[in-house]
Order: sequence, then structure tokens, then C-alpha cells
Amino acid sequence: MRLVILDNYDLASEWAAKYICNRIIQFKPGQDRYFTLGLPTGSTPLGCYKKLIEYHKNGDLSFKYVKTFNMDEYVGLPRNHPESYHSYMWNNFFKHVDIDPNNAHILDGNAADLQAECDAFEKKIKEAGGIDLFVGGIGPDGHIAFNEPGSSLVSRTRLKTLAMDTILANAKYFDGDLSKVPTMALTVGVGTVMDAREVMILITGAHKAFALYKAIEEGVNHMWTVSAFQQHPRTIFVCDEDATLELRVKTVKYFKALKRGTVPTPAYSQRTCTHSGTTDS
Amino acid sequence: MRDGRGTVRAPVLQFTNCRILRGRRLLRWEDLWVREGHIVDPEKLFFEERLVADQQRDCGGCILAPGFIDVQINGGFGVDFSQATEDVSSGVALVAQRILSHGVTSFCPTLVTSPPEIYHKVLPQIPVKSGGPHGAGVLGVHLEGPFISREKRGAHPEAHLRSYEANAFHDVLATYGSLDNVRIVTLAPELGRSHEVIQALTARGICVSLGHSVANLRVAEEAVQSGATFITHLFNAMLPFHHRDPGIVGLLTSDRLPPGRHIFYGMISDGMHTNPAALRIAHRAHPQGMVLVTDAVPALGLGNGRHTLGQQEVEVDGLTAYVAGTKTLSGSIAPMDVCVRHFLQATDFVMLDDSLHVRATYISGELVWQAEEARQ
Repeated sequence: MRLVILDNYDLASEWAAKYICNRIIQFKPGQDRYFTLGLPTGSTPLGCYKKLIEYHKNGDLSFKYVKTFNMDEYVGLPRNHPESYHSYMWNNFFKHVDIDPNNAHILDGNAADLQAECDAFEKKIKEAGGIDLFVGGIGPDGHIAFNEPGSSLVSRTRLKTLAMDTILANAKYFDGDLSKVPTMALTVGVGTVMDAREVMILITGAHKAFALYKAIEEGVNHMWTVSAFQQHPRTIFVCDEDATLELRVKTVKYFKALKRGTVPTPAYSQRTCTHSGTTDS
Repeated sequence: MRDGRGTVRAPVLQFTNCRILRGRRLLRWEDLWVREGHIVDPEKLFFEERLVADQQRDCGGCILAPGFIDVQINGGFGVDFSQATEDVSSGVALVAQRILSHGVTSFCPTLVTSPPEIYHKVLPQIPVKSGGPHGAGVLGVHLEGPFISREKRGAHPEAHLRSYEANAFHDVLATYGSLDNVRIVTLAPELGRSHEVIQALTARGICVSLGHSVANLRVAEEAVQSGATFITHLFNAMLPFHHRDPGIVGLLTSDRLPPGRHIFYGMISDGMHTNPAALRIAHRAHPQGMVLVTDAVPALGLGNGRHTLGQQEVEVDGLTAYVAGTKTLSGSIAPMDVCVRHFLQATDFVMLDDSLHVRATYISGELVWQAEEARQ
């Protein structure tokens, strides 16, 4: 894996956004060649989305030939509920960029047949040629998407019941009222994300530190499903200092030495399609 | 615009880089989306119809506010709605077109106290009409008088005041002729049989407004219980607020209104009719009920000098209009956007550092007026 440690949340968000931006531009997407991106929700990626929007508004990045697949969506929450992941993606990303609505895929938590909806999602990913870069986060219980502790590490997109840790973590979005938090969700499986050609996990904040430790310094374990990515050929963990608080000093020193802790080199721009200096990729 | 299936559909317009006035706040990071004259939900459009905007309009950071609605305007630009001219509709159309530049998108042409012949001739010629590039929409006529108080008639001619003591609603119909195009009636609730008249009017969907009256609070409350929902130019042409009998003004904080209902009140915030301190008192007491009106007279948009208002002569000097030879205020000549700006200065109810000058007026998503600078 690569472990990229930035001083704070803003720098981590910016690094991640630049990485995604570079990847898309280097890919040279076009009419018959779409870049497929897997996307997360939650508070962690907000800074990254803001930066991506900034690059788009500057004219440096277009999402015209990008297809997106979100990781998950609550079951039973109306699509226009302010806490649905559809609303999240619209307000925090889609409405600010030039993505074609037909290429923005989010699971429908109100589908009549939920398993069929999940199967159809897997099919769409396959038809799109698989995911080029899957961006994700980590839960305090070490889960990726809604693959709660105990999820199969080869699982596919399916219906999951949320663990208490997750419900507690999400309560803040529902006025702190546990009874209002949805208890089920549709989610991509661990196996679904593992199929991506590249994976980037964003982890920021001290409350995620223990989960990060379990995910990368302990063994592969279905109780900490992010640990599955130890067996993925191309995974990057992007964190801030606080998220590394439970790691060994040796681990942190090693990875910091690999990357000289500065703001990443300037990103590519689709306007110029050139780059200055070296890049991290 | 053709969609994926090749069928033609209406274009979607997106107004960007704007501040939207909504829910009493200015929303900075929202855009306004319009299709076929209706505001649409872009999130719904994106996820359900899989559509994006066909055209974008950059608003240059301006404020997007709902079009102003003027429910009390007696004329303007030389047009007097209370005159039975040969071509009333042209007069209405002229005013409708000219007030677009004040940001007004709908209005209620107002007729002051007049003899029945005037009503019979004029009312049928002012139909309800949608707005558009030709001018602001006509919501219906506002009949201010003749069933008002003698003492508080203000600029209304005494000779044509009436009562409905004898035949209640039948007197009303006889006076006005047809009520088809009428939207608001201002009356004084202390007049005998007002209760029946108010009920009959509201049953027809006409808004009853209290004004030009010496009613005390109890009478006013009863009128509201009968169906009145509006107060005509608060403070003006009514008894002043008194701490033992607040009069009509007391309706703003009355606890005797029908449940779930609250009263609306017109205010002329031209800097002349009401002291800013009084404006603030009313606003603080009952902010949700405030409705800015111009009460503009035919002299609006014209210079100083003598003009008519119904059966009266009006003298205009600067921003004031008086009944000729008197000190009785006779309507106003402040355009709606001036009233809005004055209100901002008086009460600071909108948090912005803009000067609220009207840059462009849109009706149903269509540009119907634009300031000269904005055209470049």
C-alpha cells in the first residue's frame, strides 16, 4: 500500500483531490472512453469534493466523460430527504460540476426489489468496464462502505443491516435521534471495491485512528473490513496526522520519508494537458 | 430542445451566481432553475428526468427576489385608474409595463371612492391578466371605498362616500356593478351591517381589508372574525394606537383572531406616510404580516405639479403628494423599489451590503425589463 500522511484535514483533502484530478486527466477520457470513479459520502470526503469543484470551476477538470458509482444509500429514506445520499451527492458535488446525469449512478434504496437493484448495479459497473479508481472512507468500526464487521471479504453489492456503531456515528445527521436513523442500507461489497483497478481510502481525524491501525497494522480480518485492501495491488491511504495516532512510530516515519510531507505538486489541467515538475503518481 | 428520445421539450434555464431570497434568508450557493415559467427542483430534474440546464444566465452576484406585488396602486405615469376614460385597458397596460422597471411583476389596480357610474364603466375593462413582456400581471382590482369613514376619508371625496346600512350586500353590488374582476375591497368595519358584507365578500373569494376607519379594536377583531384579512395602509386613515384601545393597529398583536389566522397589513414606506420608528414598531410586533404597498397616484413617474386622483386634484412636490390646497396626504409617488430600499434602511431586515437597486425584472422566467447598464 501507499500511506500518504498530510499535516491536517485540508491538506489531506487537497492531496486526494489532486490525485483524482491527475488520474482523470492522464486517462484522457473521451466520447468512447469514460473514466469510472467510485465515490463515498460522509464528512470525510467533503473537503475533497470542494477541491474537485474548485478545479472544475477553474476550467482545469471536466466530468463530462466521467462515470460515477456511489458506494451506498440508505434503505427506505425518500430520495429527496436531506440526509439521503442522493441529496448529499447533489448538494456537495453533482450540482457544481458538468457530469451527465445518466452517468451518475447511486443505488436506489426505495426500489421495489432491493436485491435486483443491487444486481443491476453490479451489472452497470461491469458494463462500464469496471471501476478505474474507487474512493472510499473508513468507519470507526473499520468498515468500508456499509460492510459492517463480519461482512464477507468477497461480498458483492447487497442489502445490509447497520451495526450499532454506524447508527451512533450517523445519529448526528438525524438531530441526534437514534430512532430516526435508517437501520438498513444497500452497499457495494468488499469484493466489489476490491475489483477496482485502484483504491484510495480517505481517513482523517483522531476518532478514526484506531480503525486505521486495525486496518493496516493488524491482519486481514472480516471484523475490520478495510483490512481486505492489504491484498489489493494498488491501494493508497490518505490521512491527516490525527488519524495516525494509533500507528507505530516506525510505520509513520517510514511512509513520511517516502513522501516529503509537502503539498503535492501542481495538478494536471485539462486546459493545458501538460504538467510541471514531477507528480506523485 | 431535444431529449435522448428525440422528442422536443421545453428548455431548462439556470440562473447562476446569484443570491436567492427565500425563507427570509439570502441563499448564496443555490441557483434558480426555471422551465416553462415554473421554478423547478434541479435535484429532481437530475435524478428523475436525468436533465441538466440547457441555458445558463450569470446573475453577476445579484440578489434574486420574488417579483414585487403591489396591492395598492391608484395609477401612474398620468394614468388614473379611477377615471372612466374611453380606453381604460390601455391605461392599465401602460402602468403595467412601466412598473416592471420598479421590480413589480403583479399588481392590483386600485380605484378610490367614486360614484357608481365610474365603477360600472371601469371595472369590466380591467380583467385579471397574466404578466409577461407586455407588463406586470393584473391580479384583480382593489376597491378602496366608498364604504369608508367620513372622519378618516383622507383624500377621498366626501360627496361620494356611501353606507350599506339599508341593503347590506345588495348596496355593495348596486354601487360597484360587477364584482367579477375585484380582488380586494377596503371598508370601514364600524359601518352598520359590515358583518354581513364582509362575509358575503369573502364567500366570493374577495379579500376584505380594513381601512379609512375609526373602528376600535373590538370592532376590528369582529371584522376579522367575519373574514377580513388585511389592513389598508396601517397607521394612516385610522385611529392612532392608544394603550387602552389600540384600534385597528392592535390587530397586529390581537389574541382574538381565528386560530391559525394572522392579519396582513399594508405599509407605505416612502419615508413620508409613516415615521421609520413606527414602521419598526409594526414590523417588530408582527413581521410576517407586513406588505409593502406604494399607494401610488397618477403622478408617479411624472414631475411636480397638479394631477388628478379620481374626483380630486393632487399637488405633487418632490416625494409628497397632497390633496390640492391642503396638507392631507394623497397617496404616494414613490415607486415600489424605493419603498423597499427605504424599508431596508428603516429596519435592516435584509442582511446585505447591496443597495437593492432593480437590475432586471423577470416574469415566469422571462426577462421583461432590464436596466441600461445591465444590457451591455
